[in-house]
Amino acid sequence: MDPSPQSAPPTGDDPAAAADPELPRLTVTQVEQMKVEARVGDIYRALFGAAPNTKSIMLELWRDQHIEYLTRGLRHLGPAFHVLDANRPWLCYWMVHPLALLDEALDDDLENDIIDFLARCQDKDGGYSGGPGQLPHLATTYAAVNTLVTIGSERALSSINRDNLYKFMFRMKDVSGAFRMHDGGEIDVRASYTAISVASLVNILDVELAKGVGDFIASCQTYEGGIAGEPYAEAHGGYTFCGLAALILLNEAEKVDLPSLIGWVAFRQGVECGFQGRTNKLVDGCYSFWQGAAIALTQKLITIVDKQLKSSYSCKRPSGEDACSTSSYGCTAKKFSSAVDYAKFGFDFIQQSNQIGPLFHNIALQQYILLCSQVLEGGLRDKPGKNRDHYHSCYCLSGLSVSQYSAMTDADSCPLPQHVLGPYSNLLEPIHPLYNVVLDKYHTAYEFFSKE
Amino acid sequence: MEHAKSGPSSWPELADVVPVPQDDGPSPVVPIAYRDDFREVMDYFRALYFTGERSPRALRLTTEAIELNPGNYTVWHFRRLILEALDFDLLEEMKFVGKIAECNPKNYQIWHHKRWLAEKLGPDIANNEHEFTMKILAIDAKNYHAWSHRQWVLQALGGWETELEYCNQLLKEDVFNNSAWNQRYFVITRSPLLGGLTVVRDSEVDYTIEAILANPQNESPWRYLKGLYKGENNLLVDDERISGVCFKVLKNDWTCVFALSFLLDLLCTGLQPSDELKSTLEPIRSSHPETADADPVTVVCCILQKCDPLRVNYWSWFKATLSQVS
Repeated sequence: MDPSPQSAPPTGDDPAAAADPELPRLTVTQVEQMKVEARVGDIYRALFGAAPNTKSIMLELWRDQHIEYLTRGLRHLGPAFHVLDANRPWLCYWMVHPLALLDEALDDDLENDIIDFLARCQDKDGGYSGGPGQLPHLATTYAAVNTLVTIGSERALSSINRDNLYKFMFRMKDVSGAFRMHDGGEIDVRASYTAISVASLVNILDVELAKGVGDFIASCQTYEGGIAGEPYAEAHGGYTFCGLAALILLNEAEKVDLPSLIGWVAFRQGVECGFQGRTNKLVDGCYSFWQGAAIALTQKLITIVDKQLKSSYSCKRPSGEDACSTSSYGCTAKKFSSAVDYAKFGFDFIQQSNQIGPLFHNIALQQYILLCSQVLEGGLRDKPGKNRDHYHSCYCLSGLSVSQYSAMTDADSCPLPQHVLGPYSNLLEPIHPLYNVVLDKYHTAYEFFSKE
Repeated sequence: MEHAKSGPSSWPELADVVPVPQDDGPSPVVPIAYRDDFREVMDYFRALYFTGERSPRALRLTTEAIELNPGNYTVWHFRRLILEALDFDLLEEMKFVGKIAECNPKNYQIWHHKRWLAEKLGPDIANNEHEFTMKILAIDAKNYHAWSHRQWVLQALGGWETELEYCNQLLKEDVFNNSAWNQRYFVITRSPLLGGLTVVRDSEVDYTIEAILANPQNESPWRYLKGLYKGENNLLVDDERISGVCFKVLKNDWTCVFALSFLLDLLCTGLQPSDELKSTLEPIRSSHPETADADPVTVVCCILQKCDPLRVNYWSWFKATLSQVS
């Protein structure tokens, strides 16, 4: 082995282990991965070896238990939750949204109390904060607005002060085009997504807010193909979803290399059947949504994908200024007009049917969620061995919905039984994958806010 | 982490302050059953925050609040306003936040606060920050915030001299550490000391190929290799070492998905037929008679659909698309 540190081959072999050259030293990554594969493997082996009755139960979505866990949290959280004291609209969303996915209605009192609570989180100058009296923040704004849209009543939707919200967002805009999470806060791709998603949803997105966001997001695509939180950081599932969804809402999806992005996300699904967040990291149930939805979005962008593939394989550099400014869903946008109907991009996207089937293994993903993420007492988790929490309950179920609906084509009015792992009663409500709110509720909000 | 032995209600300096309870409304949702000490600190914090007081006692209160919940970005924001108003010793502050960060290495607010401080302290603090992130990464070599901070410090405050060596070291410890590969890419493309990607590309290709050959199942170097030729597909195809590593790996194991995938990429980008290509595909063709007369791209796509069942949908789509695109 070359003693010079600069060029020592990175074999993972430790010179000290040369005593027994037959046994290569396993790295931390390898050891951690093996542990997870072993646990998950045990579960899958149990499934395949089980009697039909047991198999059915194992593949069932334990709706009642999840409903109980989520509903309880809305009225009581123990003292340990003080670490989420600045994230309470998130807590609302992480419970209200999966309950809606499970098609479980909230009673009127609870709905009204949520609306009232979020009104107390709404800052007098716009935006929603992590709790009453705190500073408004783009992420908690996203959570609050999504919660209100999920409730969907006239009272819920009209409680959003859109004029002030616009001003708040404008204050959060940085000279680079990106957004800060809060006054003096950090800039990253999450901020871009939460701002654009909310602005689109409540129909306040305009050229001023949109300016420069797409270029910032594009600058965050890495050599691996995924998108990072900031330029040059590591490609990451959460930021990949945020970046791609924001770009689509801006009608600027062609700004990233989509074939490269798809190629990266597709390889995040591993032998465990779920998704990992980054290359060579561990599977985690929440990425069922972040990665699953990201790759599902591309099923409606295939026209652009094909064009970019053709371009890259003919060794031509794709032109930076795409002469054709039509989006794949036939909605023409005059790039520099001030009268762009941005909200319509979100609407048109969901009206369009999938141009192709899923590019990930949708059944395998459902298998991971049902068998490895579900907790018997209710709620869902990252992976076996971890505890359940509301965040994972929200995103595992969101990912489950995405995969159940991913194979639908024009001809289907609802997913076919072969698209749904386990009993057909496992089927959740469909979402709008750009905002992650239940589709029906999205339509109600779209109508409501387009009148404004 | 020491909390105050007694809460703010017993601090003489706060005797004139009327605590402000949280306005959760008459019928709260997602209510947290705060412990008394938590509630007390936040009630006093609110009182001073709402009046906008920038004083030593306000600073002390933010310390208490942060120790109880370092995720409260409002408290951090207010603390920054106080630090500025008091012209506080920012080196002291950096030590304080460092202690909190060690216990909460995945907290956004803490890292953002460090970035804010480092920006004010300037290049002199660069070494300290690099030592700090190194310490965090020694515990968790993939901590996303630590890597982001490290990159920011390098770009804003310097310290590039030893960064490639640091990447070498981390990759020696764990060649599967994708964060380290990503950092390597960052260094070779952005370091003002190395001359840019085209200058170091040659040696990087050799380095990466050695890593691949040692662990062909390691995805990171394969992606890194592709990245070295980003935007220059024709050069990728012309570099014989690249196709060479694919052939070498496949000779040993023709089911290696990363090698097959990379070869497919090369073929689509114009890799010319060769004897090596032919002999590499030979065992595949013979085990899959249906591919006997197919062109190389089709052969590789077919075998990928079989060897990489998790991505069968992806490879099917890719194959179908290629036949239209070509």
